[in-house]
Amino acid sequence: MHVIEAANVSKVYRRFGRRRQFATLKSAIITGSLISELHADETFRALDDVSFTVGAGKTVGIIGRNGSGKSTMLKCVAGITRPTTGTVAVRGRVSALIELGAGFHPEISGRENVFINGIMLGLSKAEVGRRFDEIVQFAELESFIDAPVKTYSSGMYMRLGFAVAINVDPDVLLVDEVLAVGDEGFTHKCLDKFGEFRRRGKTILLVTHGLGVIERFCDEALWLDHGRVCGLGDPKHVVDAYVTEVEASEEMHLAAADAKTREAAERGDTSGRALPVAVPGEGDGAAGTPPTDMFLAAEGRWGSRELEIADVTLVGEDGHPGHVFHSGDRVTVRLAVHARDEIRDFAFGVAIFNAGRVCCYGTNTSIEQLQPEFVRGRGEVRFVIDRLDLTEGTYKLDVAAHKLDGYPYDYHRQLYTFRVKSRVKDVGVYRPAHTWEFSESVRLRHAEGPVGWERNR
Amino acid sequence: MVFNLRQIVRYRALIQALVARELKARYRGSVLGFFWSFINPLLLLLVYTFVFSVVLPRPMEVEDENYALFLFCGLLPWTWFSASLSDSANALLVGGNLIKKVLFPAEVLPIVSVLANMMHFFFGLPILLAFLIYDRTPLTAGELVWFPFVVLVQLVLSLGIGLLLAALTVHFRDIKDLLSNLLTFWFFSTPIIYEMSFVPAGVRKFLNLNPFTHLAISYQEILFYKGPFGHWKWLVALAVASVLVFFVGYFVFDRLRDSFAEEV
Repeated sequence: MHVIEAANVSKVYRRFGRRRQFATLKSAIITGSLISELHADETFRALDDVSFTVGAGKTVGIIGRNGSGKSTMLKCVAGITRPTTGTVAVRGRVSALIELGAGFHPEISGRENVFINGIMLGLSKAEVGRRFDEIVQFAELESFIDAPVKTYSSGMYMRLGFAVAINVDPDVLLVDEVLAVGDEGFTHKCLDKFGEFRRRGKTILLVTHGLGVIERFCDEALWLDHGRVCGLGDPKHVVDAYVTEVEASEEMHLAAADAKTREAAERGDTSGRALPVAVPGEGDGAAGTPPTDMFLAAEGRWGSRELEIADVTLVGEDGHPGHVFHSGDRVTVRLAVHARDEIRDFAFGVAIFNAGRVCCYGTNTSIEQLQPEFVRGRGEVRFVIDRLDLTEGTYKLDVAAHKLDGYPYDYHRQLYTFRVKSRVKDVGVYRPAHTWEFSESVRLRHAEGPVGWERNR
Repeated sequence: MVFNLRQIVRYRALIQALVARELKARYRGSVLGFFWSFINPLLLLLVYTFVFSVVLPRPMEVEDENYALFLFCGLLPWTWFSASLSDSANALLVGGNLIKKVLFPAEVLPIVSVLANMMHFFFGLPILLAFLIYDRTPLTAGELVWFPFVVLVQLVLSLGIGLLLAALTVHFRDIKDLLSNLLTFWFFSTPIIYEMSFVPAGVRKFLNLNPFTHLAISYQEILFYKGPFGHWKWLVALAVASVLVFFVGYFVFDRLRDSFAEEV
């Protein structure tokens, strides 16, 4: 039996043009458009022919980028907005955790607000009375319950809102990104509560950006993009497809951003970024001048270009150039170099910086005891990283060709951006290869999520 | 529409709770607290009495009547009426969060505005009654049975106009400003500060088109004037009209309902 049934749901919002933004009764009467003003002129399709069903006792996660229609879908299921076309049928009592404590009145006490909020969510006064202690206990607000809600911290406010909504004892629970707010302990408490719901055979529809939550706890995932269904089914598959898609678009953005920085560096236009200090004498007038303090310099390119780094690409495990890698991947930095004349005094260097401009690693051929012999014409230099053991984040790359005494031929300062993705959310700049080992008396097992979230299929 | 109307009955517990909240929150934090419900009409009465018996010549034909009391009989229900309309017009905008984030029957909000103001009206009644008794105004049972009916008519009329205003204000924000001026005009076109008999016959025809004229006169005849309640025909006609207004208001509200969550 299906508890939620959405059939060909489309939602069209009116888009407010400049003309329409400040519609007033006066202007409507003057232009005689009292009726037409109430009709749409420009529209935006938030949901486009979305169909899915959720069986009783299932947990379904909705994923998608910002503005993909996730919340609109949830509101349609909740009945807060009606779809423009198509139908949504829901069986049983629905509780929507869309905004916690949406109905609280700041001036009156937590106690009174619990009652009013509970009644608003469909309980009778007596029912709220019976659950009151449980609600207050869950919210951990025993000593503040008689204070006006306006004196609550935002955490207290949310806890109370959540406690009321969850204690309405719905058959269908709709959750919109509630997990993103609140502290660690609260999030765990919420997840535990959801687990309890699942065990009792209730249906949950969950909107979240936490892909881990979806993979671990959901029976099915629904991926929306621009209001359309992009994937529906096994959460692992859908999340994988989604992640691939997101990486592809990140890749595009990074590539575009990179191209822009490089172009700017090429023009010598590093205004506001590199320190614009001209060092006289050196070079042959090629674009860009070296900054006085190398370590303060941001993006830029300078050097005499006698030995030029014409192209830099990062190549992942699949052999294709890219900008998004996973922690532990084998990554190669390829430098296409060009020496106009034969050069005998040279070194190549590479450095990786994190978003905080901390140098994670830097090296060059001279440090590593490689004596230059010659470079002539065109060639390629490959810096092969066997395992890119960096934590998740965005990194910038320096590449350089210079004389052994430091005189720059071609210095590319942080012109290349790449992103590292990691399944493990560890922190720091460097991840040493490691394992955990325990003696007999210490035992741990691999977590599958909080209690009650076992995948029971 | 009929189904939705039945829903309102289902939500009476919610309406009750919200009205109580409205009353509690209103004076929370003030020193006199709930007493303001009594003091407000008294102060208002004081102002009007000062203006119309000291500053301006008395707009009454009968000299020896207690003008302040006459004024009070019309002023108290008018305060309920005008506050209901301006609160209802704002109700959906103020409660926007509820409409957007919670599954919530929107008509509850204007209804609560009207009912909360009715409660204030009820709190003012004992004061009015005390003055009437002090002034030895003869109150006959035959007249007083009409009183609940007058209140009911005013309630239905206020709800109808309130629902209409609430729904339209979502789309046309300037109704709020328009309304405050309209209410001032409406007040002076109603025989509250003057007697109907004081008005020239030509103008009287227009005043009879004003629904609140008949409510005000009804209140005055029942509470203030001696003699039988002669205005009942007008009142019954107004009752019928009020029910019509209510249905029109509710119909418009119901038609625009789906747009609230997006427009608020």
